[in-house]
Amino acid sequence: MQADLLLENAVTRIEGPLLFARREARVGLNAAVEVLAGNGPPRLGRVAALDETSMVIEVLEATSGLALRGTRIRLHPEPLLFGVGPNLLGRVFDSVGRPLDGGPPVAARTRRRIEGLAINPAWRALPRDFIETGIATIDVMNSLVRGQKLPLFSAGGLPHDRLAAEIAQRARLRGTKGEESFAVVFAGIGVPHDTADQFRLAMESSGALGHTAMFLNLADEPGMQRLLAPRYALTAAEYLAFEEGRHVLVILTDMTNYCEALREVSASHGEIPGRKGYPGYMYSDLASVYERAGCIRGRPGTLTQLPILTMPGDDIGHPIPDLTGYITEGQIVLDRELDRRGIYPPVRVLPSLSRLMDAGIGAGFTDPDHPALAHQLFAAYARALRVRVLASVMGEQGLPESDRRFLGFGERFERQFVHQESARTLEESLAAGWAVLQGLPHGELTRLSNAQIGRHLGEAAHA
Amino acid sequence: MSEARITWIGGPVLKACATGPFSIFEALAVGERRLLGEVIQLRGDELVAQVYEDTTGLEPGVTVVGLERPLSVTLGPNLLGGIFDGLLRPLSLATDYQIQPGAAERVFARHRLEFTVRDGDTLSAGAVFARTVAPRPQSLLVPPSASGRVEALVEPGEHRDDETLLVLVDDSGRRHELTMQHDWPVRRSRPVRERLGVNAPMITGQRILDTLFPVARGGRAALPGGFGTGKTVLQEALAKWCDADVIVYVGCGERGNEMAEVLDEFPQLEDPRTGRPLAERTVIIANTSNMPVAAREASIYTAITVAEYFRDQGLNVALMADSTSRWAEALREVSGRLGELPGEAGYPAYLSSRLAEFYERAARVTSLAGAEGSVTIIGAISPPSGDFSEPVTLHTKRYVRCFWALDRQRAQARFYPAIHPLQSYGSDVQELADWWKRSGNPDWLVQRQRVLELLEAQAHLERMARIVGRDALPPQQQVRLLCADLVNEGFLRQSSFSKVDRFCSPPRQVAMLSVLLHFADRANAAVAAGVPPARLVALPMLRQLQRLGEEFGEDDLLRLRQLPRQIDYEFDQLQPVASHAS
Ligand SMILES: Nc1ncnc2c1ncn2[C@@H]1O[C@H](COP(=O)(O)OP(=O)(O)O)[C@@H](O)[C@H]1O
Ligand SMILES: [Mg+2]
Repeated sequence: MQADLLLENAVTRIEGPLLFARREARVGLNAAVEVLAGNGPPRLGRVAALDETSMVIEVLEATSGLALRGTRIRLHPEPLLFGVGPNLLGRVFDSVGRPLDGGPPVAARTRRRIEGLAINPAWRALPRDFIETGIATIDVMNSLVRGQKLPLFSAGGLPHDRLAAEIAQRARLRGTKGEESFAVVFAGIGVPHDTADQFRLAMESSGALGHTAMFLNLADEPGMQRLLAPRYALTAAEYLAFEEGRHVLVILTDMTNYCEALREVSASHGEIPGRKGYPGYMYSDLASVYERAGCIRGRPGTLTQLPILTMPGDDIGHPIPDLTGYITEGQIVLDRELDRRGIYPPVRVLPSLSRLMDAGIGAGFTDPDHPALAHQLFAAYARALRVRVLASVMGEQGLPESDRRFLGFGERFERQFVHQESARTLEESLAAGWAVLQGLPHGELTRLSNAQIGRHLGEAAHA
Repeated sequence: MSEARITWIGGPVLKACATGPFSIFEALAVGERRLLGEVIQLRGDELVAQVYEDTTGLEPGVTVVGLERPLSVTLGPNLLGGIFDGLLRPLSLATDYQIQPGAAERVFARHRLEFTVRDGDTLSAGAVFARTVAPRPQSLLVPPSASGRVEALVEPGEHRDDETLLVLVDDSGRRHELTMQHDWPVRRSRPVRERLGVNAPMITGQRILDTLFPVARGGRAALPGGFGTGKTVLQEALAKWCDADVIVYVGCGERGNEMAEVLDEFPQLEDPRTGRPLAERTVIIANTSNMPVAAREASIYTAITVAEYFRDQGLNVALMADSTSRWAEALREVSGRLGELPGEAGYPAYLSSRLAEFYERAARVTSLAGAEGSVTIIGAISPPSGDFSEPVTLHTKRYVRCFWALDRQRAQARFYPAIHPLQSYGSDVQELADWWKRSGNPDWLVQRQRVLELLEAQAHLERMARIVGRDALPPQQQVRLLCADLVNEGFLRQSSFSKVDRFCSPPRQVAMLSVLLHFADRANAAVAAGVPPARLVALPMLRQLQRLGEEFGEDDLLRLRQLPRQIDYEFDQLQPVASHAS
C-alpha cells in the first residue's frame, strides 16, 4: 500500500465545493483526500476527475475559509473508508463517523468503502421474516419484513419521527423474546437538534440506546455532508448485520435533505439539470443508498431500511418520492387530512404498499386468512372512498343502501382500524380488521371465500 | 492489439492517447484489472471511452488495450438456467457476496454432445451441427459468419466449452474452428433469412391480455406504469406461464431482490408444458439499480442478442425487459457526460431511433438455416410520476403493437392486473382471430368486442350515475353497469399470487367468458321483460360469478361449463313482475 502524500501549494482554483489542483503525485480516481488549512480540522474530499497535470477534488465539507495559498492536500491511496469494529453501538457520531459523544474513536476491525459494493443478486436471500411493528395499517395491510427497504412518505408537520421511533422501539419478530441480537442505526440528515434528541430519548426510555448507533448531520451543518451521513451509517450497519450477524434497522431521515444536497452539488459541477433541477443520475444515486438493504445467503444478520422523506408540496409525484418509490420495496404514506382529524398514525393505506408482503404473510408465516383480509380491506376502503365522493355530491340519502354501508365502513375503518391509541399485537390488528368489515353485505366481499366469511364474519354468505 | 494511455478520467468516461489504430465501438480492457470498456469517440490520436465497471483507482498513464472487436458476448449452452451481469458474465456464488470490479477468472463448463453432421458435410451459416444431451437438449450453431465443409470432427461425448469440435473450410479455403460457443457483437442484430408475419398469439395465461389485448409471437408490447402498479409482477407472471420455449429476463436498473426472487422461485416451479423446472428455460440478465450505469445501457442489447441466439435455434423466445426507462436514462447519463446536446427531458436526440432499433429486433423469422423461430419483446416503462406523456412512453408507443397501460387507481384498490382496459390496445387482433378459430373459439372476435363495449359503456354510465345516482338510471343501463362490474371482477381480475388463478389456459378463458356473457344475455332479457334490476343484484350465484377465476381452476372446466345451466335456472325462477317491488 502506498503511503499518504502531502501536497503543499498545489491548489490553483476553488469554485464552490470544487478544488482544482496540480497533480504533483500519483493518485487514482475517487481517492480520499484531506484538505488542511491552518489549524482547523481536516476536511474530507475525493478526487472527482484527473488529467495528466491536474485534478479536481470534490470537498465533502464546507469550503469556506479555504485560500489558494496555505491549503495543503493529503492524498490517500484509497477511496473513502470507514473503520468499523465492535463497540459501535451506544455511540453517537458525526456524519463522517467521528465520535460526537466525547468517547474514544472506534477500534477498527475492518475498513470498508463507504460507497459499499453492489450485492451480487445471486447471493441475496429473499426477505421473508415478518416483523411486528404494532401498527395495524402496516402489520395487516403493508407488512414489513426483515431485509426490506420501506420508506415513510411524509410531509412537513406530520408525525413521522414519532412513528419511526415507535417502530424502532417495538419492531420484533413474532415468537422471539429478544434473544436475537438486534441493532438500530439512525442517520440524521440535515435534521434539527430536537429531532435527534427526541429519537435518542425515545430509544433511551425503551432501554434500547445501548443497541443504537447515531450518525448526525444536523440542519446547521454543511450540506455536502448530507451525502455522507447515510453512507457512513450504512457502512456501519452492513458491518453490524453481515459481520456481527445482527438484525439491523436503519432509519434515514430526512432523505429530502439528502436530495437537496445532491441537487446543490450537481449544480456546482455545472451539470445539466433534470426534472425540477435534480440531476439525471438521482435515481442511480438513491439506489446506491437504498439497495444496501437485504439478506445474504448463509449470513445470520439482516439490514432493514426505514428511510423517511418529506414530500415537497405534499406531492407524491415530486421527483424525490417518485424516484424513491421506484427503488424501494413499497412505501408507507402519511396523510395530512387524517392527521388533522386526529387519526394516529395517519397512514393513508391506498397509496401505501409493501412489495415483500406476499412473501412474508399467510399460512406458515402469519395467519392463513391474512392475505385475503388485507385485500378485502383495500378493496372495500377504495370503494368507500369512491362512495364518499359521490355522497359529497348528491348527499348520503341519494345513495343506494349498499353504498351507504360502505360509507359507514370507511368511517369505522379510519376510526377503529387505522387509529390506535397503543401498540397492537398482530392478532389484535387482524381482529380489528375483521371487526370493521362486519356490517358490509357479504355478497360484496368478493375477496373473501365463503369459508373465510364463515370463519370470521358469521354464518354462510348471504347477499 | 493497439494500446492507449489514459490522459483524463472522470466517472465512467475516460480519454486516452492512442499509439495504434482503434475503431469506433471497439471493446477495451482498461488497466490491470482489465475493466471492460468501449470506444465511443475518436478524434485524431485521442479516443473517448466509457467503462462498464467501477473506475475507482484509475489514473492518467494507465494502459488501455483494444480488443479488436466490438463489444461482444459469448453465446452457447451455458446460458439457460443462469444469471449474468449486463455484459453476460456469470454472477455466480463462487465469488464474494459483493461484486468486485474487473474480469473474473473464467470458469469452464462441460457438456455431453451428439453431432448431427459428419466429416465432409457442407454446412451453411447458422446451421445446427450438434446437440447437447441433458438436462435440456440444446442445438449448437455454426456462427452466422462461418460456413464450409466439415473437417476434423471430434468424437461425440463430453467436451469442454472452449474445445475445438470441428473445423469448417469455406470456399476460399479459410478455416473456421468451431467450439460450442461463439461470440456476437451485441449492438448488431443477428442475420435471418426472412422475417415472417403474424400467425399466432403468444399465450400469456393472463385473461386481460390473451382475450382483450393479445400479443403475437414475434410481437412487441409495452407495459407502462407508475411505481407499484404491477409491471414487475406481470413481467414475472409472463416469464413463468407464457408459452415461449425460452425466456430472457433482463432486470435493467431494478431491484436486486427481484432478481433473487426469480432465482429462488423458478427452479421450484414446473413448466406446465414440459414438466421441467421453469429455471431451465430461463436466462436472467441483471444490472440492478446499484450496478454500474454504463453496463445498464449495454444490458438491453446483451439480452436481445441472447434472445436472437435461441430464436436461431428454431425456438420461440420471450424477452422481458424491466425496465426500458432505466436503459433510456443510462443512455441519457452517458450522453450527458459526453457533452452531447440534450433533447426532450434531457434525453439525447437519438433516443427514438435507439428504441426503434431495439424493438425492431423482435420478429418471427426463418433463420439462416431455415428454422422458424421468434423473439417477442415485452418492455416495461417507468414514466416519471406515472405520466404517460413523457418521451420514453411516447416514442415507445410508436414502435410497439400492444400497449398495456397500468392504472394507479386500479392498483391502489388492489385490483390486479391493474391494466386499464380503455387505455390499452393490441393491434394484431384481426390476424389472431384465425388462431382462436382454429383453437375452437370462432366467436372470439365478437365476444371480445362485446366486453370492450361493456367496459366503454361503464365509464360513460358511471359518469352519469355520479350526477343522477345509480338507481335513477334506466333499468337497461343499470344492467349494463352490473355486467361490466361482473366482467371486471369475474374475468379481468386475476391475482398472480393465487395458486388457482395465476395461469388461465385459453379453454378456461373461453369458458369463463361464455359464462359471463350468457349471464349478460339473460340479464338483458330479464329487465326487458320487466324484472327490476335490484332482483338481479340479489341473485345468489352472482357472488360466485364475481369470484369465477378463484372458484374454478384449470381442473374445474367441466363444472365451469355447467354454469350457464345454473344461470338459466336462477333466471327462470325470476318472475317478471316482482311481488315486493323495490
Ligand atoms: N398481477 C398481480 N397479482 C397480484 N398482485 C400484484 C399483481 N401486480 C402487482 N401486484 C402487487 O403490487 C405490488 C407492486 O407490483 P410491482 O410489479 O412490483 O410494481 P412495479 O414493478 O410496477 O413497481 C406487488 O408487490 C404485488 O403485491
Ligand atoms: Mg418493478
